[in-house]
Amino acid sequence: MGNIILELRGISKSFDGKKILDDLTLDIEKNEFVTLLGPSGCGKSTLLRIIGGFVKPDSGQVFFEGQDITLLPPEKRQVHTVFQKYSLFPHMNVSDNIAFGLKLKKKPKEYINEKVRYALHLVNMDGYGDRMTTSLSGGQQQRIAIARAIVNEPKMLLLDEPLGALDLKLRHEMQRELMRIKHEVGITFVYVTHDQEEALTMSDRIVVMNQGIIQQMGTSKSIYDEPQNAFVADFIGDSNIINGIMLKDRLVLIQGIEVECVDEGFDANEPVDVVIRPEDLIIGTKGSGFTNGIVTNLIYKGAYYDISVTAGTHEWSVQSNVPAAVNSEVSLSIDPENIQIMRKPKSSDEEVIDKLG
Amino acid sequence: MDKYLNKRKNLAYPYVVWSVGFTVIPLIVILRYALLDRTGAFTLSNILAIVDPVNLKALIFSLEIAGGCTLICILLAYPLVLALKRLNFGGRRSTIFILILPMWMNFILKLLAWQMILSSNGILNLVLSRMGIGSIDISNTYISIMIGVVYDYLPYMVLPLYDAVSAIDDDIIEAAEDLGAKKLTVFGRIIFPLSIPGLMSGITMVFVPSMTSFVTADILGGGKLQLVGNIIEQEFIQSMDWNMGAGLSVALMIFVLISMAFTVEKHEQSDRQEETAW
Repeated sequence: MGNIILELRGISKSFDGKKILDDLTLDIEKNEFVTLLGPSGCGKSTLLRIIGGFVKPDSGQVFFEGQDITLLPPEKRQVHTVFQKYSLFPHMNVSDNIAFGLKLKKKPKEYINEKVRYALHLVNMDGYGDRMTTSLSGGQQQRIAIARAIVNEPKMLLLDEPLGALDLKLRHEMQRELMRIKHEVGITFVYVTHDQEEALTMSDRIVVMNQGIIQQMGTSKSIYDEPQNAFVADFIGDSNIINGIMLKDRLVLIQGIEVECVDEGFDANEPVDVVIRPEDLIIGTKGSGFTNGIVTNLIYKGAYYDISVTAGTHEWSVQSNVPAAVNSEVSLSIDPENIQIMRKPKSSDEEVIDKLG
Repeated sequence: MDKYLNKRKNLAYPYVVWSVGFTVIPLIVILRYALLDRTGAFTLSNILAIVDPVNLKALIFSLEIAGGCTLICILLAYPLVLALKRLNFGGRRSTIFILILPMWMNFILKLLAWQMILSSNGILNLVLSRMGIGSIDISNTYISIMIGVVYDYLPYMVLPLYDAVSAIDDDIIEAAEDLGAKKLTVFGRIIFPLSIPGLMSGITMVFVPSMTSFVTADILGGGKLQLVGNIIEQEFIQSMDWNMGAGLSVALMIFVLISMAFTVEKHEQSDRQEETAW
């Protein structure tokens, strides 16, 4: 437990009577790359602003290295934020932006110059010190924003969708950069994003949030392979989510068809959510799978084909390396191990998936 | 495209006619009066009359009033616009409305009201004596002139400053706080420098008019304290010396242009920064 740098205890926050965070508890370890992932409005940004000190929780406490910092203003926290809109100071050049925090701390001039040079090098922006920040591209501005935060040697860096405004290629490049920088400076990163691919790529641990509560926490692999509820399954990657009835251990009824699975421990005839990843469905000749259907749509996605197969009343989403002709009759089959069975949500908080689709 | 632009340019003609008729031609007439004496011979003495002790005293008093008024307006405007930035939309709108409301009232009427309020047995002294503080006599002093010009020109400082300050992104202020800046430092290092363009427009709109507002000095100063404007008015109306009046006007104009050039140059510098900035 000595490795824990930040503890959030029972954090609740409402705006205009709407509950944004509901009794949320989370520990973050030293040197961890934690990503808060969720759709917009799930409370992830508010949680980050509470850690940064810009928002006070209605109830609950924030501990930093064991000390209660719940009411400490942002300028006194050893935590720095990188904002989505970069938020560089437009009336200062790059060096003055980076040196801002150090100058406030009245560090000696040589020390500041040395640190600024180091920070510029760290973010691959050597020689840009005299440029005005506003003459830089979005990606360059975000690098400077990162340098400006890191140069103060914070114990924790908060990143609020820092790559959200960049185009896809640059975003991928910056993801690698961020991981390298994290590795070099060795501080804790708390990263907020709604981009599941970004979360899966970079994080040591992902915290999936929705409606102000944590839906699931774990490594990228555990969250992708074993989503704990239909929301997480739907939000992380593409999924077919369909109603089913658990007939007995290892046998589920989907659309009137009995399908073998590997899940046990459900009540007999318990209604469940069945989750199947599109890449796990296999298209075959008619009659060779658990169900037959008609190909209704085919989209080439570069690395694979996105195929829609309508069987009965359900449209299955399938990802396959081989195309299937539209209007042709095919079968779908699946390895029992790739079927995820989930209990139906009990609380309304988890029911978002029904509203989504 | 060029044709279209040319057509658009034609739309400016009504204003061009207006400004030639009522600004350019009168200026030429004034310049002609200023450079001639009563016999019609060329002279610079009308313009140089500004350094006569009486006129110079009025000029210096005008500068004091204008400088003081500008400073007081700045000191009143900054806290107000910072508070406005924090207010919600409705609060902001009604505050701006209250600020602008006096601008819709007649200028002379407002001055006469102030005269009533500030006179020795006026409303101010009535309130003060009721409160047990005793009366003060500020009517016909520079204090009452100052109150008059500040009341009149404050909105012209607040509005451009409000525009500049409200354009500053909240994220930038939060970023400064995040990096360890206290409220005062945020103002000094971030808000103030970013509001300089607005401050400069405010200064040009307050300083110059308050320097020449001779009617304010007439009504609230009781005719005892003279701004440059009052002297010029007397030359034209009482002494009927149009040459002298025009000469002093031109001298004042030169003075204003010099001080404006100074401010505008600074303004443009910060504008240029803005351009690269946004």
